[in-house]
Amino acid sequence: MTAVPSAPSRRRGSGGLAATLKHAHYVISDNPVTGLAFFMLLVLVVAAVFGPFIVPHDPLASNTMSALQPPSATHWFGTDQLGRDIFSRVIVATRLDLAIAVFSVALVFAAGGIAGIAAGFFGGWTDRIVGRICDTIMAFPLFVLAMGIVAALGNTVTNIVIATAIINFPLYARVARAEAAIRRQAGFVQAARLTGNSEWRILLTQILPNILPIMMVQMSLTMGYAILNAAGLSFIGLGVRPPTAEWGIMVAEGATFIVSGEWWIALFPGLSLMFAVFCFNLLGDGLRDIVDPQRRT
Amino acid sequence: MHGVVDPASAILASAEQPHGKLLEVRDLTVEFATRRGIVRAVEKVNLTLAKGETLGIVGESGSGKSVTSYTVMRILDRAGRIAEGAISFSGIDVAHASEREMRDLRGREMSMIFQNPRAALNPIRKVGHQIGDVLLQHVQAEPRNVKEKVIDILNQVRIARPEERYHAYPFELSGGMCQRIVIALALACRPQLLIADEPTTGLDVTTQKAVMELVTELTRARGMSTVLITHDLGLAATYCDTVMVMEKGKVVETAPAEQIFRNPQHPYTRKLMRATPRPGIVLGDLLPEGEGGVAAHSAPAVATSDVPLLKVENLIKEYPRQGAPSPLFAKFTGKAVDPKDAIFRAVDGISFEVKKGESVGLVGESGCGKSTTSTIVMRLIDPTAGRITFDGQDIGAIPARSFAHHPIRRRIQMVFQDPTESLNPRYTAARAIADPLLRMGGMGGLRGGAALDDKVEELARMVGLPADLLDRFPHQLSGGQKARVGIARAIALKPDLVILDEPTAALDVSVQAVVLNLLEELKQTLGMSYLFVSHDLHVVRLLCDRVIVMRQGRVVEEGTSQEVLEAPKDAYTRELIAAIPHPPV
Repeated sequence: MTAVPSAPSRRRGSGGLAATLKHAHYVISDNPVTGLAFFMLLVLVVAAVFGPFIVPHDPLASNTMSALQPPSATHWFGTDQLGRDIFSRVIVATRLDLAIAVFSVALVFAAGGIAGIAAGFFGGWTDRIVGRICDTIMAFPLFVLAMGIVAALGNTVTNIVIATAIINFPLYARVARAEAAIRRQAGFVQAARLTGNSEWRILLTQILPNILPIMMVQMSLTMGYAILNAAGLSFIGLGVRPPTAEWGIMVAEGATFIVSGEWWIALFPGLSLMFAVFCFNLLGDGLRDIVDPQRRT
Repeated sequence: MHGVVDPASAILASAEQPHGKLLEVRDLTVEFATRRGIVRAVEKVNLTLAKGETLGIVGESGSGKSVTSYTVMRILDRAGRIAEGAISFSGIDVAHASEREMRDLRGREMSMIFQNPRAALNPIRKVGHQIGDVLLQHVQAEPRNVKEKVIDILNQVRIARPEERYHAYPFELSGGMCQRIVIALALACRPQLLIADEPTTGLDVTTQKAVMELVTELTRARGMSTVLITHDLGLAATYCDTVMVMEKGKVVETAPAEQIFRNPQHPYTRKLMRATPRPGIVLGDLLPEGEGGVAAHSAPAVATSDVPLLKVENLIKEYPRQGAPSPLFAKFTGKAVDPKDAIFRAVDGISFEVKKGESVGLVGESGCGKSTTSTIVMRLIDPTAGRITFDGQDIGAIPARSFAHHPIRRRIQMVFQDPTESLNPRYTAARAIADPLLRMGGMGGLRGGAALDDKVEELARMVGLPADLLDRFPHQLSGGQKARVGIARAIALKPDLVILDEPTAALDVSVQAVVLNLLEELKQTLGMSYLFVSHDLHVVRLLCDRVIVMRQGRVVEEGTSQEVLEAPKDAYTRELIAAIPHPPV
């Protein structure tokens, strides 16, 4: 700007945050299911952030006196074989399950996204190498592969995150590759070459921002899958270990009691798992509507 | 319009319609429900089409010309609805007809030719079968004689070797051929009304001429009525009996073709007429009266010097031919493969010069190698052979890959064909213009800031882009504004040579007029040289001192614009010039 401070001509916000919020509001009011998904996400986030402070009981405190009690006013979801409050455990577990999903998705987004974009943009050997890596991963039954990775690397939460990221790698790499390949010869990319941008700079400043929305949708959809995967690994005894509160372990522990009639131990962690996966899948549909430029008329 | 009809008895009138009228539209208003409320795309449109008449609907983008015709066919988008008015088609009330009745009408009684022939054909079905489907659907043929009938139709649309082409897929045919197939599809059931929505946009001028002549001839022979929707006044003037001009959803003028060109009544029609490039005018004539553009380019402010800025010698670019028979194929079929068949020469040994301060036009039809040539000169791809000298330096030897960091990069810039596609959808106008300044103008880093903003605003002023639009994203700008952003970006570094790759092909004529004048003005103030790539000789003549005509990778004619357009030496140039439709001067 020049010395004249007024310069009211350069208005901000015509394409900024305000417009995005307005558009989001439009999409949500157009399709209430998206609104529901966002509400469910809010519930999950509150549970994950404030869980330990709002639960009525200590999730780890066992009390054999009140073991295996059905749902009641004191214990909303009942208690397990050690007398721990299932409601408290379900709420507290949200943080761990969500954290595993978020970190693994973030990891695979960075690794798979960059590899895929580079493959689509540069083609040639980069494309061949990334493509064959994807093929190799896809050749395994993915859950078995994840089991193998955790078993080989060691039984820790970090390794669950890594394993979940690896099995999702092909999904991200392929989406990013396809989207980057479409834009590789686009006019604005050519124009960027003319203005003296190097190929890597074009990849990061021209291609990446344009395929980000599509990747966001992909992220939301794989998030549910990542939660299921982490819970699945814990269910079979890999990764998170008792007595840590985690939905997969809780379902596994409860499974043995279903035959003897104590259904609530497995049911409530299972329902919360379903709630989370359902939330992220619905969110994916909504996000697709929000980022789809065709709906921005 | 022909005669006055009492609007009160719309349905009654349509029933006892006088003989000879095929289509009558009265007070048609079409509304679209959008996020910003109801938008009226078409308002109170009246039109009458007699049997055997050809009506041209002319207008720029957003004038409602396509919506009007879609409404007649009742193929509007779900968001659109007929708010008011009556449409009667040979006595049938189209506005209130059931979907079932309409399905019967479409194809049999009225049909349509779309803008992009390739998109209108099913890519994975043989064209012969596609025509056959329509015939069978409307019981015009039986399964046993359908092939005969299709071949008969292919003959009528003058497709050579129809027995062979019956089995072709759309991708195996050229754009002109595909449009002939679409015409064959549209005419298969001998409809009474043909609506052609920009049928030749995207086709070469010579192909356009062949296609339009085919349509006129076939419709005349069958006594059909035609509605030709176009943005090109010249096309409408050449092929229509009556012309209707639309602006912003309203009809501004309807008159017989000769009359509308000899004596246009409405100011908008006059503006359109003026903006259409035609023989015998100068650049400033394109703009509305009183907005006199730049001085005629015949008297350039910057004297053209004799120093060649760009010199291209024996440029060759070869590509492996797609779908070329491989040696393996030859082994199985026993046919020998000619090595010549495996390689395709897009550019076949061309040489030319661009002097300092000169504008040179590179003209030819699609596939002639003009875009390949400009992309090589731009150093985005490497030539197979040949020398490119820029200001004394051999830039052809620098690989395209590393040219981005070469000091000459900033001296050669380009304005792209499609202003929308050439702007990053996630960059604001200001950011797009600033990009070259940041990368090569030494304004990167933290030092930029205020100086950069000033420079961007100055550039916006130069190209006539209001400063308050600088923070908008491409989808919030109009076509003309996007073109201005593209031009501002190209001139940001004060380049010596700017390659203009059909910079106005995607723009309306009135916007094209403004942009062409802007380009000429910028050239005079900044003293740049232009290499103007285009298929339209009339546009090239307005902006360029010299013209190079290319065909199949070779230069067929070269000379001053005047010479080439007024006394073309080559037969192909003559054919090109003759094929351009233009309104009577």
